[in-house]
Amino acid sequence: MLSDRDRIFTNLYGMHDWRLAGARARGDWDNTAALLARGRDAIVEEIKASGLRGRGGAGFPTGMKWSFMPKQSDGRPCYLVVNADESEPGTCKDRDIIRHDPHKLIEGCLIASFAMGAHAAYIYIRGEFYNEARHLQAAIDEAYEAGLIGRNACGSGWDFDLYLHRGAGAYICGEETALLESLEGKKGMPRLKPPFPAAVGLYGCPTTVNNVESIAVTPTILRRGAAWFSALGRPKNTGTKVFCISGHVNTPCNVEEELGIPLRELIERYAGGVRGGWDNLLAIIPGGSSVPVLPKEICDTVLMDFDSLREVRSGLGTAAVIVMDKSTDIIKAIARLSHFYKHESCGQCTPCREGTGWMMRVMDRLVEGRAEVEEIDILDQVTRQVEGHTICALGDAAAWPIQGLIRHFRPEIESRIAAFKSRGLQMAAE
Amino acid sequence: MAKVTVDGIEVEVPNGASVLQAAELAGKEIPRFCYHDRLSVAGNCRMCLVEVEKSPKPVASCAFPVADGMVVKTDSPMVRQARRSVMEFLLINHPLDCPICDQGGECDLQDQSMGYGMDSSRYRESKRAVKDKNLGPLVKTVMTRCIQCTRCVRFAAEIAGVPELGATARGESMEIGTYVERALSSELSGNLIDICPVGALTSKPYAFVARPWELKKIDGIDVFDAVGCNIRIDTRGPEVLRILPRLNEDVNEEWLGDKSRFSVDGLKRRRLDRPWVRKDGKLVEASWQEAFQAVADQIKGRDGARLGAIVGDLCDAESMLALKDLMTALGSANLDCRQDGARLEAGRRDFYLFNTTIAGIEDADAILIIGSNPRREAPVLNARIRKRWLAGGIPIAALGVPADLTYPVQWIGQSPKALTDLRRGTEGFAQAMREAKRPMIIVGQGALRRADGADVLAAAWALAVACGAMSPDWHGFNVLQLAAARVAALDLGFLPGAGGKDVATMLAGGVDVLWLLGADEVDAAAIDPKTFVVYQGHHGDRGAARADVVLPGAAYTEKDGTYVNTEGRVQRSEFAVFPPGDAREDWRILRAFAETLGHRLPYDDLLSLRERMASIAPVFGRVGDLPRRGAVDLTPPAGDPEAVTDAPFQPAVVNYYQTDPISRASATMAACSATYYPALAEAAE
Repeated sequence: MLSDRDRIFTNLYGMHDWRLAGARARGDWDNTAALLARGRDAIVEEIKASGLRGRGGAGFPTGMKWSFMPKQSDGRPCYLVVNADESEPGTCKDRDIIRHDPHKLIEGCLIASFAMGAHAAYIYIRGEFYNEARHLQAAIDEAYEAGLIGRNACGSGWDFDLYLHRGAGAYICGEETALLESLEGKKGMPRLKPPFPAAVGLYGCPTTVNNVESIAVTPTILRRGAAWFSALGRPKNTGTKVFCISGHVNTPCNVEEELGIPLRELIERYAGGVRGGWDNLLAIIPGGSSVPVLPKEICDTVLMDFDSLREVRSGLGTAAVIVMDKSTDIIKAIARLSHFYKHESCGQCTPCREGTGWMMRVMDRLVEGRAEVEEIDILDQVTRQVEGHTICALGDAAAWPIQGLIRHFRPEIESRIAAFKSRGLQMAAE
Repeated sequence: MAKVTVDGIEVEVPNGASVLQAAELAGKEIPRFCYHDRLSVAGNCRMCLVEVEKSPKPVASCAFPVADGMVVKTDSPMVRQARRSVMEFLLINHPLDCPICDQGGECDLQDQSMGYGMDSSRYRESKRAVKDKNLGPLVKTVMTRCIQCTRCVRFAAEIAGVPELGATARGESMEIGTYVERALSSELSGNLIDICPVGALTSKPYAFVARPWELKKIDGIDVFDAVGCNIRIDTRGPEVLRILPRLNEDVNEEWLGDKSRFSVDGLKRRRLDRPWVRKDGKLVEASWQEAFQAVADQIKGRDGARLGAIVGDLCDAESMLALKDLMTALGSANLDCRQDGARLEAGRRDFYLFNTTIAGIEDADAILIIGSNPRREAPVLNARIRKRWLAGGIPIAALGVPADLTYPVQWIGQSPKALTDLRRGTEGFAQAMREAKRPMIIVGQGALRRADGADVLAAAWALAVACGAMSPDWHGFNVLQLAAARVAALDLGFLPGAGGKDVATMLAGGVDVLWLLGADEVDAAAIDPKTFVVYQGHHGDRGAARADVVLPGAAYTEKDGTYVNTEGRVQRSEFAVFPPGDAREDWRILRAFAETLGHRLPYDDLLSLRERMASIAPVFGRVGDLPRRGAVDLTPPAGDPEAVTDAPFQPAVVNYYQTDPISRASATMAACSATYYPALAEAAE
């Protein structure tokens, strides 16, 4: 269990002042110039050593991502882009960070930009986060006023500008290259990779796109050291993480905990347990709507980190834990997600454009049971035809929940179909 | 260079090439929908997926760059499965209305489904339907068939330079359209039909006309402008049903202007299908013999100096030579091909040719356009200029009536006076021209059809010399011709001979008998009423209306003809269908008529006529290919560069869609005219 002194987000619940004064009291902006004075390479090395993995869902090592940025500019500027387009259903961690601890993010932006040689950073914030955007803009203004960013940021000699851009509410703009397209004023459609953003990103310049949480934790990692951070959590899954627990729990909440905490402990300690007790649990989606659902018997023992969840064929994703008790119609729940992905597919790649609609329609029929048993296999094949055949991962994200459903709840679907058929027979007999 | 192994075949490809290019080099065909050689890479159809060793997922070969030592499999189970999947997805919402689809038989989706489609559908839901869009009189849409490959969007934005198409909404609801409904404002919109891999964009005039397998395909040359686009004439029985572009990298790549493509219905309307002779002020039907007799009666015994001939814009070189030979035999030197009065100088070929060549535009690094709107005068050539601009924003300036040429143009003046400033270096753009290594000057017909045309030509030449556009390996002086027949006529010397009269003099009563060979752009009302006019041509247009004898000839699809394009490239068009009724190939008419006068022209067949052509102008002996020229002889044309006036340039083409007898007879072109030039259409009514 994470002790209070190891918490990074000490104002996650907004109980203290979110403005600059409050942030300073919590240790933010404390001699940031000294952190920058360590130099670019040292900062990147420190982050690498901390083992920090991207908090946006894919879990790519952050330090390594930074090191892909060109060491020597070829004349083009470099950019940091912070992905605050938090739209994954179940996820609301970045929102609370921005709302209650915006200066952690701003300081992180300065440090990360310095570490990759960028004089400008953009924060792309989800359009629906209106109040959060106002907080963040106010905090940016404060930081400018205090000389923490802008020309000669923190007296470090590094010029740094930070811009906030509000999105217009498309889930796909959370995909890093679609985000860049949207930021450039185009329709949010993922780009082909390669070239990767580190080579050709925003406005054709080297760019790194990081999640809010990844950036917001970096100042603390630098202050307390990579050794401290890597001592938390489990090997290769180090540090703390903000978990978002929602659904059928008694007290839904965001909580910062060590990676690798058992799922059951996480829910029972912080979220007041599953509604009606642990035995009333049906299934949990452990990492936001994109990852496959886990049935209770796996939830009993699974640890909450990237690799443990991968072993049970699910994923940590954004660490948005969606809890469903036995009152849940699991087929309907997953069908709702299929609706979401069908609605949010950008329409660029054939498999995703056509497949998400197909999957949604079959799922809708499965909710009623109005289908043939062999259609379950066809559906499973369709998900596999979508998965891995598209430019971005939205196709995968649409496929995985259904795959999880079929993997763990096939009997449920079959009995639903059988029930529908027998109803039909009954009606015919009457 | 990178070594790549494709299905066990090792090939070497340049770094930066795509896996698809490597596979093609290895002779492996990769199915594709969204990928097109001349467009940017979208990578969205996912049909071209291949397996790359060490990559867990199949990759889109059109977008994936090669790496040295890469091992690619284009026919593994993974690849086949992936393509079958994509095909299945494409077909679930495709209407499968192939039997009533005009693309049927030449549809990429249909073809690929033979290789990767299933025999039955696993999709049990309702299919999507999409509302059709109105893109104007040329392109028909059946949007339900669209597979969202976005080729049309990229063509419009990149090649045509009119970013009017786009995709609205997302996911399944994504639709291609113009957002606010409007007709596409491009002279190249017909190419969307070719580029669409399915039947979503088809030809509106050609809708439900024929099936591709019923058509006979003949190679032709386009005559609607002087670019000499290579075309394919599709015929069924006695009719030309459609015209498509044919690949020629040096001329039109694979594009074709809308007028050239859609004027085809004009070939069947207002045709002259029998001879006519004017009796008591009215044209009455006649036999060939009567018609010949009527003309012979006028010519026999008349002084050669009182006979004259003008050739039109669509004529083939063969008929022009036959006419010249006939007139020479009759002792007349009154020949002219410049029915628009352009002050062309025929002394040297490089005074009237597009010397840089069309492909050469891609090497230019600064362009000055004088008195021309290439978008209307030669849309395909204009696309080449845009291509050059896209490749690396070169400075482009123009003199004349400002217009949207689909690339940024600095309009630096309306009259030729600016040429003087440019030559002296006082105009800002002179700097860009001087700094350029291979500057290009394009002189349009709008600059030459004026009293000081010869002076403008000389001024442009002087400027080209002054700014270094002329060197032994770069010829930057270009005349953009408008008429398909013009260069051949100049090459054959179809100009006033010693003591000969030009067009204006001939019209004003300078001759007693005037032979118009397809000449419809002369002011027929200005012809002296006493002049006896013989009109030989294929359409009942302006010339025939004034004629005393009408001799029905053949349109460009109805004869084997030689054309020389504005670059000076000699090209041959093949006979596709017979001319209607009693109409005949033009050179045969002239030869037969000469015979009735007792002058036997020295050729009995096409071959010997062409031999004679080559003996008069050796260029005719070299068909198709055209060596790049340098500027060797810098002797200027005869005009006086200082004598240019400040009269503003007038556009040479006002209505792109109706410039000649064929397009004026075309209902499709009339519809285009009404759509795109409503003011002109109103004025005409």
